[in-house]
Amino acid sequence: MGLVSAISIWILPCLIGFVLIYATFKRVSTYEEFVEGGKEGFSIAVSIIPYLVGMLVAITVFRASGALAFMIDSIKPFLTAIGVPSEIVPLALIRPISGTGALAMTSDLISTYGPDSFIGRLASTMQGSTDTTLYILTVYFGAVGIKRMGDALKVGLLADLVGIICAIIVVTLVFGS
Amino acid sequence: MVNLIWVFMFVFGILYAAINGTMEEVNKVLFKSAQEAVTISLGLISILVFWLGLMNIAKKAGLLEKLSDLFKPVAKRLFPDIPADHPAMGYILSNMVANLFGLGNAATPMGIKAMEQMKKLNADRDDASRSMITFLAINTSSLTIIPTTVIAIRMNYDSLSPTDIVGTTLIATACSTFAAIMIDRYFYQRRQRRRRS
Repeated sequence: MGLVSAISIWILPCLIGFVLIYATFKRVSTYEEFVEGGKEGFSIAVSIIPYLVGMLVAITVFRASGALAFMIDSIKPFLTAIGVPSEIVPLALIRPISGTGALAMTSDLISTYGPDSFIGRLASTMQGSTDTTLYILTVYFGAVGIKRMGDALKVGLLADLVGIICAIIVVTLVFGS
Repeated sequence: MVNLIWVFMFVFGILYAAINGTMEEVNKVLFKSAQEAVTISLGLISILVFWLGLMNIAKKAGLLEKLSDLFKPVAKRLFPDIPADHPAMGYILSNMVANLFGLGNAATPMGIKAMEQMKKLNADRDDASRSMITFLAINTSSLTIIPTTVIAIRMNYDSLSPTDIVGTTLIATACSTFAAIMIDRYFYQRRQRRRRS
């Protein structure tokens, strides 16, 4: 544990230091280039706003109305039938849609069942091995103004499904139920 | 498809609220979430400015090219549409490396730069190119070696071994990333076949 937390604390400062020292040796005018590159940050952040507002409001309406919980409840029996622990179902379904929602749910599962329980470990593994597909698509495509996503959403969601199934299988094999 | 999902979430949510008497909740969150979205976007400014600034230094120093050279064999297979010496490759790889180490904050600006370059390669069109879809497929399947956030949560709840999920996470993430690449390839082949017929 000491090593992992040490790495995660050291890695960023070391990376920054390395880039700066290397660039100085290469005679790059570091500060000026930093400012030049950083300027782009504003316009990118602002251009994301409409995409994110649209997506986030829709997700929140869907969740606040109770429609999301209703959908989760109606799919639950099918998933439990194929061996998915019912406690984990809401997390699996919310993970691709809402990052903050999933994080809250993971914390909740861990505090309810304990971090070292089967459910706690499964929730941790699922949280760590999947990402908020809808948010990533919105931000990345939004920032450069891609309007037609092609197969990106389908591919992303199918990959999430595989990730969740993998997480369940691996955690069952390693930690048993 | 994104249009359909978007409309579905609104319409189904509003209908459900009408039937189940939760319209007040919907009203409450409607504008709060819009505000939250703006807060998130503006909150990104600090991260974007800092990392894009640092990336610009790395690019000028030739570090991005070095990174592309290092992973050229793999990257060429994954992104056959991108010329190996194109700047897009450097950004794609730095985004992946940042993701691997769980540096989400650093990964986003690089991912956006990668998208920008891929858009240029796609003659500035506003539909997603093959390489963009591959890139996002890999990205959303979350390539992480050290899931720092999860470890932090586990420590918070007094886990006896907060890091014992690193192994399972690594295996699960490797499977899902591999699956993402395969699914992406399958959809690409399907698009090609449709175009031909």
